[in-house]
Amino acid sequence: MNGGGGASIASGRLARLVVLALPYLWLLLFFLLPFLIVAKIALSEIAVGIPPYAPILRWTEENVLTVVLNFGSFATLLEDGFYLDAYLRSLRVAGISALLCLLVGYPMAYAIARAPEHRRNLLLLLVVLPFWTSFLLRVMAWIGILQDQGVLNALLLSLGLISEPLRLLYTEGAVYVGIVYCYLPFMVLPLYATLAKLDPVLLEAAADLGARPFRAFLTVTLPLSMPGILAGCMLVFIPAVGEFVIPELLGGPAAQLAGRVLWVEFFQNRDWPMASALAVALLVLLVVPIAAFQRHAARRGRA
Amino acid sequence: MPPGNGPAPRGPGGQKGTEPWRDPEAEPYLRLRGLTRRFGEVTAVADIDLDIYRGELFALLGGSGSGKSTLLRMLAGFERPDAGTITLDGQDLAAMPPYERPVNMMFQSYALFPHMTVAQNIGYGLKQEGLGRSEIAARVAEALELVQLKGLDARRPHALSGGQRQRVALARSLVKRPKLLLLDEPLGALDKSLREATQFELVNIQERTGTTFIMVTHDQEEAMTMATRIAVMTDGRLAQVGTPAEVYEYPTSRFVASFLGTANIFEGLVKRADATGALVESTAFDAWFESDSDPPKPEGGRVFVAVRPEKMRIETAAAETQPHGANRLSGTVRDIAYYGDFVMYVVALPDGSVVRVSRPTETRITELPITWNDPVTVTWPSFATVVLAQ
Repeated sequence: MNGGGGASIASGRLARLVVLALPYLWLLLFFLLPFLIVAKIALSEIAVGIPPYAPILRWTEENVLTVVLNFGSFATLLEDGFYLDAYLRSLRVAGISALLCLLVGYPMAYAIARAPEHRRNLLLLLVVLPFWTSFLLRVMAWIGILQDQGVLNALLLSLGLISEPLRLLYTEGAVYVGIVYCYLPFMVLPLYATLAKLDPVLLEAAADLGARPFRAFLTVTLPLSMPGILAGCMLVFIPAVGEFVIPELLGGPAAQLAGRVLWVEFFQNRDWPMASALAVALLVLLVVPIAAFQRHAARRGRA
Repeated sequence: MPPGNGPAPRGPGGQKGTEPWRDPEAEPYLRLRGLTRRFGEVTAVADIDLDIYRGELFALLGGSGSGKSTLLRMLAGFERPDAGTITLDGQDLAAMPPYERPVNMMFQSYALFPHMTVAQNIGYGLKQEGLGRSEIAARVAEALELVQLKGLDARRPHALSGGQRQRVALARSLVKRPKLLLLDEPLGALDKSLREATQFELVNIQERTGTTFIMVTHDQEEAMTMATRIAVMTDGRLAQVGTPAEVYEYPTSRFVASFLGTANIFEGLVKRADATGALVESTAFDAWFESDSDPPKPEGGRVFVAVRPEKMRIETAAAETQPHGANRLSGTVRDIAYYGDFVMYVVALPDGSVVRVSRPTETRITELPITWNDPVTVTWPSFATVVLAQ
């Protein structure tokens, strides 16, 4: 009796351990290990060869194993204003994109959450529908819309609103259009999840206590949808910082963003250590907002 | 401050001053006329006329789907009436949005704002009125004291017990000093032990603040013990309106008689009816029902007769020597339910129907004098016979 109970408790503990260990194992294999490899490359010296960098563990002529760390790539990163500029621009573009996604996504999520229940799934499907086609294809489609002889200019010209084509493609504006368009579902879905959970009786209570609809929205709906706002902003902001394809295809040559700089270092300059240093710096840059978000989420969870 | 006696002083025999509905001169505070609300094919509230007086604790009693909640939501402004008027203190409310009405509601789920503290919840309505910070703080403190929640002002709703949440909800709806306070199943979410204490306290607070309360409940006991008057609702209509005692002792329909408490209902034909009373002959078996009150239907008409189990007496048939008469039934005991404070006998009549008779347990008996399958006689005084029109 006792032994059996002990065994079942022990096996329960084992099961819990396995369940807990799995995600950590996953993170170790597919996140920490690759990160360490990248960090290792970042600290090595550029070399001509395959791979195009020198190992950091080397045998000297006296047969002594030495570690040769080269912080040169990180030094360049900090000294050369070019990289810092690209990072700051990336942060700004990602921040503004997240904000734009929020402004567009919030009314959408709100409308879906307030729609009759049988129609909500269809509306959510429509939000996710663009994912069924290739990401690249969708970005390319925007070139067709935004270029000088594109659909939008043709429409504006035919309406007589403009007399000559506007420069729309290869501008920062085009980058925002692309990012907002591609990442909108990541904003809408978490917002919808929190707004759908919101008990409509709370809004009735606010109205009953004298709050006009807009006041009720500001004092009840908005604060209670904060977890969704934060989750959506993180889901847009984080990938947008490192976004390469959209600025490459829609942005102008002046828009040197982190993802693009990284790509150039890696494939054009074949400077793997520099590219890796950029990647490590980008990760560190992103860990800060993620950690802040996690802290906030944890505090909310406790509350 | 009046003593907090709870619901006890209410009931029949009050003076004119405390029972304004008996005074034809009295001006109703809330006046509903022809109030109607339809949802598609369903008429949730059908043409209701009702007067409620200042300071009342009025209960809307009914089962689910009776329209009581829709009526309450129309008073709060969450539902627009399809027809009819709502006049409160001379002011027409029907077209007014909820945030402009001098009416507040305590929601069944309490609907406390989870992201605000107790003090912020209670102060929310005052903030909407644009009151200053110090005045809000003072009014909130006063409200917290009224519901005995001093010291909990910084808590969040999730850190409160069910009873405390109920008090916060009450304080939040009272703090705006509404002309009318609506309570949707105010005790519905509380467990049984808390419910009784809260009943008395709610009545106490209502008397102290003098606010007119309208509460919706499906619990007849709650309505009976707390309310000044009860409106029994069914199918969107008012089946009967009256004091708890009136509605219980003088039901006007089969529905009301059986909805409030237990009633034995018999079908019969009126043989004699005048100011002194009525005689009804049973159509199901050989029996006569005698009533000492004026019946609502003319002679020869089919009526129903209701008798409450606690007004009946039960005796073993062997001890019975009196001749056959009115208000007397013979049968055998089929079931006995022992409740502690009383015993309910279920007596089978010759036609197969049953009569419920309750008998208080005045002495400490362990063996009941009447037991299963005993032939018994059930009798009752003529004042206990209620002749029903419908």
